[in-house]
Amino acid sequence: MNPLITETEHSVLGIEAFDVCVDYNGTVALYDATLKLKTGSICGLVGMNGAGKTTFFKALMGFVRPSRGIIRINGSAVFKAQRDQAVAYVPQNEGIDCSFPVSVWDVVMMGRYGSMNFLRVSRESDRKAVWHALERVELLELRSRPIGSLSGGQRKRAFLARAIAQRASVLLLDEPFSGVDVRTEKLMSELFLQFRKEGRTILISTHDLNHVRDFCDLVVLINKTVLAYGKTSEIFTQENLTMTFGGMPPNALFGPTPSEGFLNE
Amino acid sequence: MNDLLASFAPISWLVEPLSHEFMRRALMVSALVGGVCGLLSCYMTLKGWALMGDAVSHAVMPGVVVAYALGLPFSIGAFVFGVGSVALIGFVKQKSRIKEDTVIGLVFTGFFALGLVLVSKIKSNIDLMHILFGSPLGISYSDVNQTLIISALVVNVLVLFRRDLMLYCFDPTHARSIGINTGILHYMLLSMLSLAAVAGLQTVGIILVVAMLITPGATAYLLTDRFDRMTYLAVLSSAVSSIIGVYISYWSDIETGGSIVLVQTVIFLFAFLFAPRYGILKSQGSIHY
Ligand SMILES: Nc1ncnc2c1ncn2[C@@H]1O[C@H](COP(=O)(O)OP(=O)(O)OP(=O)(O)O)[C@@H](O)[C@H]1O
Ligand SMILES: [Mg+2]
Repeated sequence: MNPLITETEHSVLGIEAFDVCVDYNGTVALYDATLKLKTGSICGLVGMNGAGKTTFFKALMGFVRPSRGIIRINGSAVFKAQRDQAVAYVPQNEGIDCSFPVSVWDVVMMGRYGSMNFLRVSRESDRKAVWHALERVELLELRSRPIGSLSGGQRKRAFLARAIAQRASVLLLDEPFSGVDVRTEKLMSELFLQFRKEGRTILISTHDLNHVRDFCDLVVLINKTVLAYGKTSEIFTQENLTMTFGGMPPNALFGPTPSEGFLNE
Repeated sequence: MNDLLASFAPISWLVEPLSHEFMRRALMVSALVGGVCGLLSCYMTLKGWALMGDAVSHAVMPGVVVAYALGLPFSIGAFVFGVGSVALIGFVKQKSRIKEDTVIGLVFTGFFALGLVLVSKIKSNIDLMHILFGSPLGISYSDVNQTLIISALVVNVLVLFRRDLMLYCFDPTHARSIGINTGILHYMLLSMLSLAAVAGLQTVGIILVVAMLITPGATAYLLTDRFDRMTYLAVLSSAVSSIIGVYISYWSDIETGGSIVLVQTVIFLFAFLFAPRYGILKSQGSIHY
């Protein structure tokens, strides 16, 4: 049932992008982006506003058509991966109508639709998955509230719960930490670490460089293209970050933190 | 005993019209069409397609005229032009920098004008008034049959795909990301819109059919936070107002389409004022509380 168990881990890459180029009506947003992500790793996607992080996610999901390049999820084409429920995506802005008459439970249940039959009748296992996902983001008490009555951070958690309920082996999370409180932040990072233990592949974009240091095995620095990519300890250097953020010294980006020495080469 | 019942006005008000064959037919068709349009109206209001409903319902006009002239079932002509208008709207929007609402207004008025011109030019026994304002009291057997088939089709599609369509209205991005083909759902919903507009013009006519496609949904939307309950309420309010509208039309000898839509509007006003959570009287009360 769970695709991540049946995959032969060493041979299949969770996410593979090769020479991907995306333009919006002729304006290039991303070019020659190449990324190979082993299953069972957490990768941070770091770059300035407008660097093309969201565009990269959209390209990986097939929502924008790359003008060039190849994208594979778990070794198969994106559309197949989506149909197999192998990939879950939590966008930066959900862009939904918040007065839509659905409850939090209904929204999380939408994560299960792809695994249900044609009529989308929920089974016991679907309800269990939804319950479990809500439990993991601590939204169980609010499950029968209309989605529009949640706060911004709670809503973010609800959409994360939907992705969890989907039980995908590849998770694409566009700025999951923006606008959530410290408690949720901690809860979410623990969740991601657990996902890694379960062998899932996670790509997270974030503006908080501490998160990258704390739990990302790999990091991708982008500014319209992949500037550097590799193990966090090797890539997350002063020099690389200065380059990524257009000459801004990383000390200013990080602020004074106890683990700052980690950054120096 | 019968005398006693007859002397009780409300009952005879309800029962007497049923002795006429044409009234039984009108009530049945109106309730059915009301229910079908009511079900679809949930998707229209949630998707924000009120203007699209207006466009499609007007655009079917030339199709009806052409079909009558060629001796085809009117619903086929209407459907072709309904879907055609939608395709044209999509095409013009994609190929030009004009905004969508402008394109919609442009295309449907063009189609409607074409319909009017065709009616005046093609010599036939089409009664313009019947197309424009509907005539459930004078509906023919073949029209009843067409309406039954259309209704069955629309209801089946909307019920079978209700979860997918709901998800498509709520969050098309997520629908795509779990491998659902949203393009098909988009055109499915538009086709159902064309068909429902064809059914609706039987009872209330082209000009008012858009009311059938949005008012029940809007009313139900004020009454609940649950999608399923919203569909039940919309179907119920729409079917009931169609029946009441036909009765009022019979007894006061007023135009049927107008009467049906007016009843719907009154029900909407009640919801607007008194809805438990979203009525304006309720929210004022809670501010002072
Ligand atoms: N729909 C669009 N049409 C045209 N240009 C776009 C569109 N979406 C994004 N862009 C442009 O593409 C570039 C990359 O945008 P993108 O949203 O991927 O940035 P980002 O890295 O996610 O930024 P942020 O940190 O602000 O979320 C930007 O210059 C942006 O202006
Ligand atoms: Mg972004």
